Amino acid sequence: MLISQIGNYSLILGLILSIYLIIYLFLGIYGFTKNNLNNIYSILFLQLFSVLISFFSLIYSFVVSDFTNETVYNNSHTTKPLFYKISGTWGNHEGSLLLWLLVLTLFIFLFLIYSKKQPKNYRLNTIVFQQIIISGFFLFVLFTSNPFNYLFPKPTEGLGLNPILQDPALAIHPPILYLGYVGSSIIFSASLSALVSKNINSSWAHHIKKWVLLSWIFLTFGIMLGSIWAYYELGWGGFWFWDPVENVSLMPWFCLTALLHSISVLEKRLILKSWTLILSIATFSLSMSGTFLVRSGILNSVHTFANDPERGVFILIFLFILILISILIFFFFETDEKILENKIYWLSKETFILINNWFMVFFLSVVLIGTTYPIFLEVLTSDKISVGPPFYQKLLIPFLIPFLFFMAVGPNLKWIKNDFKKINIKKFFLLIFICFIASLFTEKLNINNLFIIILIFSSFYLFVSSLSDLIYKKKNFSQNISHFAFSILILSIIFNGILSKEFSGNMRVGDEIDFNSNIIEFQKIETFDKENYKSIIGTFKIEDRKKKIILLKPEIRVYNQPNILTSEADIKTSFYEDKFLVFSILNQDNIFNVRYQVKPFMIWIWISTFLLIFGGLIRFTKIK
Amino acid sequence: MVGKKVKLRVIFLSIFLATIILSIILILKSLEDEIVYFISPTEIKSLVELNKKKIRVGGMVKEGSVKANSDSINFIITDYKNEIMVSYSGAIPNLFAEGKGVVAEGILKDRNFLISKKILAKHDENYIPPEVKEALGAK
Repeated sequence: MLISQIGNYSLILGLILSIYLIIYLFLGIYGFTKNNLNNIYSILFLQLFSVLISFFSLIYSFVVSDFTNETVYNNSHTTKPLFYKISGTWGNHEGSLLLWLLVLTLFIFLFLIYSKKQPKNYRLNTIVFQQIIISGFFLFVLFTSNPFNYLFPKPTEGLGLNPILQDPALAIHPPILYLGYVGSSIIFSASLSALVSKNINSSWAHHIKKWVLLSWIFLTFGIMLGSIWAYYELGWGGFWFWDPVENVSLMPWFCLTALLHSISVLEKRLILKSWTLILSIATFSLSMSGTFLVRSGILNSVHTFANDPERGVFILIFLFILILISILIFFFFETDEKILENKIYWLSKETFILINNWFMVFFLSVVLIGTTYPIFLEVLTSDKISVGPPFYQKLLIPFLIPFLFFMAVGPNLKWIKNDFKKINIKKFFLLIFICFIASLFTEKLNINNLFIIILIFSSFYLFVSSLSDLIYKKKNFSQNISHFAFSILILSIIFNGILSKEFSGNMRVGDEIDFNSNIIEFQKIETFDKENYKSIIGTFKIEDRKKKIILLKPEIRVYNQPNILTSEADIKTSFYEDKFLVFSILNQDNIFNVRYQVKPFMIWIWISTFLLIFGGLIRFTKIK
Repeated sequence: MVGKKVKLRVIFLSIFLATIILSIILILKSLEDEIVYFISPTEIKSLVELNKKKIRVGGMVKEGSVKANSDSINFIITDYKNEIMVSYSGAIPNLFAEGKGVVAEGILKDRNFLISKKILAKHDENYIPPEVKEALGAK
């Protein structure tokens, strides 16, 4: 109880520091007082420290199960394992916002430390913008979602954490994702500040690239963790469902990936200034609107945070203010000083990066429209609709084809200008060779969809081309590895999509089913009592054509608090395919609902994503 | 005379605009084909014509109506005003139970019968999809 008070007051302290800092810096920038960098360091540190105290006091309340705290009462339970008591701290709305705040204050502190080479005015301006965001979040936490609300009389037991959230991947998924989102807030503030202090140049691009990479790495990793979790925990047997909440994290990713490429153009050629700034502003706005859409309850999906319209309104207003500020700054400070009329030649690296950006923006708009269209339609006509995966597949696949080709060619071009005739003739033969290989593949697999055939063909092209770059070129190792990883990712997604097989039906113990000449036998069920749930484990014997036998043991967990069933799929992973089996109870006659799936190249989706991130990491460590 | 530079710019701009307009048309066109409407059992009864488009039906699973056999599950969705029979083949989410909210996606065979291949999973035992809440509230 006392601990909660401390947490609450240190939050208020943090807000006061934030407002003080904005005023102090503002006066300093306009010359009324003198800004002392050491003072700013200590204020930022104090702010970070106060949020840290607040965060730890919430963790402490969760660990000791202090049910006088409303957040703890709503989301925890004494029988929950310690690990999930701790991860439960950010598994709910209030706690996750506190985590946002923590990362926000941490990043601005790190920014100040790692921007010493930049002009002082620019650094201070960035802090002002970032503190505006931070104070907005402080207000949001304190007034609409305070994690330290007091409950009296003290309840004897908490309501418990939703069991599907009691999972290691999901314990670290939110923090990682937030690191990505919050990283984009630094890019946002830094861009605005660079505009205001007229500091957009090569050295700035170089310095901000580090932050772009950092948020890209975390965002990619966070999305991947969520996807892995959905694959084995939700039991739908897929890794991406075009669920609104997934889309909401994918949109800033497209934006950030575009930014990652265009920032290099700015660094090397000093062109695409405004475009880069628009991307930085858009990335953060998309992260924020994502939060708004999820938290306000407008979108409904697996993330069922308690819906509260008041919160939605707050975020909406906050978002509106931020976007308004950035648009105003963008138009008023946009410099039209003639920097050497930099022309872009059509066959150059910068053109191809621009093409990449266009594609990214297209992908982004597809996802954006698919996600928000149902909301608008409901408001306008009160028709309720949903947009399913076919919409996205139909629009993304045809455009992925040229995208992959450009991705294969682009990295081999030089900056500024290339001679068309000098483009390697070897590549042309490679193209024919791949045509041949790909047609063999499609022939063998009986694929009739023309788009899919061309898509396989183009991703093979990227695969071979980036592989040869990876082997023969010493330069740009990180880029080659990421492009190579992307080609594996696309290839494994395609093959996974077209070669997956699924059986679902209802079985009793002892039943045998023939599925694609595999025999599935439901052998037995056993029941065990665990710490906070009852476990029902089924045993299934699967015998394939070659008489090879594997046993799969999926599990149903009956949690005591809250009383919820979850299914834990059993997955046998190999380099070639995943065998996935999940079952659930039908409350009658001992019949169980069984779903068995064979998913080829599943593991390669994760491996390639890791490789993609790894490329980013290497690049990050190389930037001085 | 129009200079070369201006000419280039005009070409560039028109290509740019054409691309944008084309992509927007494309997106909206596909959207039209791929949207799935949400309808309550009562609304189904008053449908003028049935087509082969996918729809979503939401409501409560009627108590005592769930019957399972080896390859499908049959149950009744009710909004306490009208009912519709559902024949479902596929995996069921854990929170599927009698007396709880459900959303089934499928194709109508007639005004009383839905053939469904997908039941939407919602992961909160007290959760009622807003569509269902509204369908229930409208009674």
